[in-house]
Amino acid sequence: MAYSDKVIDHYENPRNVGSLDKSDPNVGTGMVGAPACGDVMKLQIKVNDSGIIEDAKFKTYGCGSAIASSSLVTEWLKGKTLDQAAEIKNSAIAEELALPPVKIHCSVLAEDAIKAAVADLKAKQPMNKETV
Amino acid sequence: MELLSRNYFELFGLPTQFRIDSDRLDQNYRKLQSEFHPDRFVSGSASEQKQSFQVAAHVNDAYRTLKHPTQRARYLLKLRGVDTLEESNTAMPADFLMKQMEWREAIEEAKNDHNLAELDNLLQLMKVTSKDYLSKLETDLADDKDLVSASSIVRKLSFVDKVTSDIEQIIIGIED
Repeated sequence: MAYSDKVIDHYENPRNVGSLDKSDPNVGTGMVGAPACGDVMKLQIKVNDSGIIEDAKFKTYGCGSAIASSSLVTEWLKGKTLDQAAEIKNSAIAEELALPPVKIHCSVLAEDAIKAAVADLKAKQPMNKETV
Repeated sequence: MELLSRNYFELFGLPTQFRIDSDRLDQNYRKLQSEFHPDRFVSGSASEQKQSFQVAAHVNDAYRTLKHPTQRARYLLKLRGVDTLEESNTAMPADFLMKQMEWREAIEEAKNDHNLAELDNLLQLMKVTSKDYLSKLETDLADDKDLVSASSIVRKLSFVDKVTSDIEQIIIGIED
C-alpha cells in the first residue's frame, strides 16, 4: 500500500513528539488504543490562561498513518479553544492525509485522543475558565 | 451445501465452547481438507469444483480461527452476540495503555541496542501475560459466565498478540 506524500512527510519528520507534565493543571492527557492494529496513542495539550491551546505533544506507537494522524493534529490544535479542538473530525484528518479506507481507523484514533485529552483537561479545570 | 452453514465448532465436530480438544480439531481438519480438496474435483462438474473451493476455503478459515485462542474467543463472542468492537472502540483502561507505552518503549530501546537478551525477556513477558489473560478468558467464557469481561480481555489480547509478533519480527531482523 502506498502512503501519500503528506503521510510520509509527517512520518519522517513528526511534529511535536514528546510529553508534557501530566500533573500540570493546564495540561490534558488523552490515551487511546486501537485493538484492531495494536496502535497506542498519547496526546497532550496545554492551555494558557485564556483557555487557548498553546502547546500539543504526542507519542504514538503504530503504523505510519497513525503517527502522521497524531503529528498532524498537534499542528492543528495549537491556537484553538477546547471546544474548537473537540470539533476536529477524523474525516478531516483522513482527507488531509489522503488515508485509504483501511487506514481510516488511524484518524479515528487521533480524533478520540483529542476528545480524551480535552475531557481530561475539562475534568481538571472546573468552570473557572469560562467565567473570565 | 450444509457444511457451509455450520458454525466453525460444529464443522469440526467440537462443542461450541472456548475450551477445545486441539488434537481432535487437527484430525478433523485434515479429514475435511482431504475430503474437499479442490484437486479431487478436477474431473468433476463446474459446480462441484466451485463447491469444493468454497468448502475448502470455509474449512481453512474455520481452522485458522479456532486454532488461535484470541480469534477463537472473538468468534465465540460473536456467536453469542457480543461484538468486541476492535475496529471502532478506542477506549481502553488507562493503566493498560500505560503498560502498552512502557512495553513499546522498552522494545524500541532493545531494538536500537540490538539487545537480543532483552528482546527475549520481553517476549517471555508477553507469553506470560497472554497465558494469564487466556486462563481468565477460559473462566469467563465457561457457561457464558461473563461475556462482558471476556470481550474486554479479547481486546487486550489483541494488543499482546500484536506486540508479540512485533518482537518476533525484530528478533528475526537482528538475527539476519
